[in-house]
Amino acid sequence: MAKIFSRYGDGTPLELDEKELMEELHAGTEDAADRAKVSTLTDDDLKHLYEILASPYKFVSVEPGKEVLLTYDAGTLKIRRVGVNVDRIQALQIYEKIMGADTMELCHVDYSYKPLKPIVTMEQPILEQALLSTHIPLFYGAMPNLGLYSQPDGPFPNPAELLPNGKIKEARESLEQTVEEAVRDIVFAGSAMYESGADGINLDSVGAAGDADFLASLMATKKLKEKYPDICIEIGMAGEFILGMHGELEFEGTRLAGLYAHDQVRLAAQAGATIFGPVVNTNTTETSAWNLARAITFMKACGEVAEIPIHPNMGMGVGAVPVNDHPPIDSVSRASAAMTSLVRLDGL
Amino acid sequence: MAITHAHASGMGGMRGAGDLVARVQMSKGMRTWEAKQYVADKLGVAVAELTDPVIMTEVREDMNIGQITPLPGCAKGIEAKFNIQKALDIQINCVDRFRKRAAI
Repeated sequence: MAKIFSRYGDGTPLELDEKELMEELHAGTEDAADRAKVSTLTDDDLKHLYEILASPYKFVSVEPGKEVLLTYDAGTLKIRRVGVNVDRIQALQIYEKIMGADTMELCHVDYSYKPLKPIVTMEQPILEQALLSTHIPLFYGAMPNLGLYSQPDGPFPNPAELLPNGKIKEARESLEQTVEEAVRDIVFAGSAMYESGADGINLDSVGAAGDADFLASLMATKKLKEKYPDICIEIGMAGEFILGMHGELEFEGTRLAGLYAHDQVRLAAQAGATIFGPVVNTNTTETSAWNLARAITFMKACGEVAEIPIHPNMGMGVGAVPVNDHPPIDSVSRASAAMTSLVRLDGL
Repeated sequence: MAITHAHASGMGGMRGAGDLVARVQMSKGMRTWEAKQYVADKLGVAVAELTDPVIMTEVREDMNIGQITPLPGCAKGIEAKFNIQKALDIQINCVDRFRKRAAI
């Protein structure tokens, strides 16, 4: 039986035969369906996925006419991360003119809303100058990052220290206080950057610190939308489901802990988000085929109920893209083409 | 990785009409397939032509809405965005604020 080149979730190469590849696809979709209580992929979907993954070519793409929009998180930060010594406006121009970006995001290296607060007046002129010389829509983005609000980085007792000691009530009170502070910071910085002319505000890695993190983002989104009815807000998630660090937090009557993408998107729309960026984590010890079938199962369920545009995250370590600083073109292009052709989505 | 996605699934940004479709999605909340049709109608091209860099370079040049290779005298940056706002009949935050700050 012919061998098909593939990879593990960390990018390590492997070979599968035809039967093994199909078994991996079935196992991946069944895992997602079981976790999120959604439908598995259809036989036609699996056949299409198989054809993409079994393609002998190094690079695979969507059919002409089926292209989608690309938004970016930590946009300008990534140019500096690889040691290219250009400033942020130049980084935006590189993405716009050389990398075929449909949109771009300006951000600070300390990529959270809390540290932005004291330096926002230094950030505003950079954005204002960037907007004079660029053409594509520019987001300004950062993370809610509620971890920064607890000790030793912030003022509130650390829930991760309280919980192991059985101090559940105290941990919950601390998380509730961090929500209030984070909402204030996100609305403050988001307002400033919108009033400087940003085309959109990006809340990235939402839910990284659990349900309080998600709640703060939804509340901040709602406040910004009430303040600026025309504002575009993208909520991009950190992980595939909401960790119940508090466990009882609700947004307008819906408990947040344990929600998967198809429920998260409803709340994002309810809060007033313009674009939602769902996430599926890549498992490094499973195959690319398993990861891709699993990711598409979650995202397909999300796309079917979404009433706002969705841009599933397809960066390093999510959306079946390998967890590696240099994701291989074969894996990324297959994941990109498969996600775009099988999910009712708007962008990546 | 960003380049891989741009080639595999992206609209190509200013090489085509990706930036314009994104603007419509961001300002009107349209799904991508609706936004593509909206932009195609406004530019007078077919949806399939929105990602064709040869056709779109001509369209962008004719409409003075910014292009990858800026020719002498063509609208660039904020100038092009004034023309994009008019061509697409959408709100562009920085254009509105420029107009206000410059007392135009």
